[in-house]
Amino acid sequence: MKSAVIVFPGSNCDRDIAVALRDMVGRAPTMVWHRETELPDGLDLIAVPGGFSYGDYLRSGAMAARSPVMRAVALAAEGGVSVLGICNGFQVLTEAGLLPGALMRNAGIAFVCRDVLLTVASSQSAFTSRYEAEEAITIPVAHHDGNYTADDATLDRLEGEGRVAFRYAVNVNGSARGIAGILNAEGNVLGMMPHPERATEAAHGGKDGRRLFEGLVAALG
Amino acid sequence: MKTRVTVTLKPGVLDPQGKAIHHALEGLGFAGVNDVRAGKLIELDLAAGVSNEDIEAMCRKLLANTVIENYRIEGMSTAP
Repeated sequence: MKSAVIVFPGSNCDRDIAVALRDMVGRAPTMVWHRETELPDGLDLIAVPGGFSYGDYLRSGAMAARSPVMRAVALAAEGGVSVLGICNGFQVLTEAGLLPGALMRNAGIAFVCRDVLLTVASSQSAFTSRYEAEEAITIPVAHHDGNYTADDATLDRLEGEGRVAFRYAVNVNGSARGIAGILNAEGNVLGMMPHPERATEAAHGGKDGRRLFEGLVAALG
Repeated sequence: MKTRVTVTLKPGVLDPQGKAIHHALEGLGFAGVNDVRAGKLIELDLAAGVSNEDIEAMCRKLLANTVIENYRIEGMSTAP
């Protein structure tokens, strides 16, 4: 699998995801700076990492979503390349219009940083194929703006089409219908607030994130 | 030309910051505050000739996230 990690000013999980990809895939990703207008040829996976791109100015992910590289990411996604947005990456993907809805300030106002119990809502994607549907897994979150919001018609569509990938077993941020991660209509773009790359080694305190990467390796080689 | 764009959360969208401000005002002893909604004010200093359509496009494409926010433009261009 050939992968790339997009790096914005203020990204801070770019190295975490790069280490996870290197270890799980066996090949280091190409790090791509946000000013690039083209991506490396032959990519199978693009990771949009967590962090605080552009200091969360205007809205979380708003500036990054309009950076030059995101036009190339959108084109690649249209062409079928898998895209994984984690935390700030999820915010960037919604702001860029690759995923519906928006991520607002946590309902409890506080920054939430801890392990959370998730339910795998769909195992029908390359990202989730190594999990069982309805399985409970533990993955850490660390965010201030993780409160997923969309209109009822969009939420109904996401649920009806099996595009909710993960839900919070206990809703930590007020997200509509407990949504922690969603897929696009084609199933090749996943955005999620929890950090699977921070649950891939015993030293992390849990390894429930590993199977997301194993699913990608199985699907993408 | 100075143009002001006010960005506010749509009615019904939960505004935790507004709620916190509301609680703080009550804590200071201000009675009679029914509700507080927080928003953003963005001032644009625009060259003559920037059209109203351009300002609208700026709002839709970047300044507001129309999934959750409304925007209001004050001081629209008088250019033809």
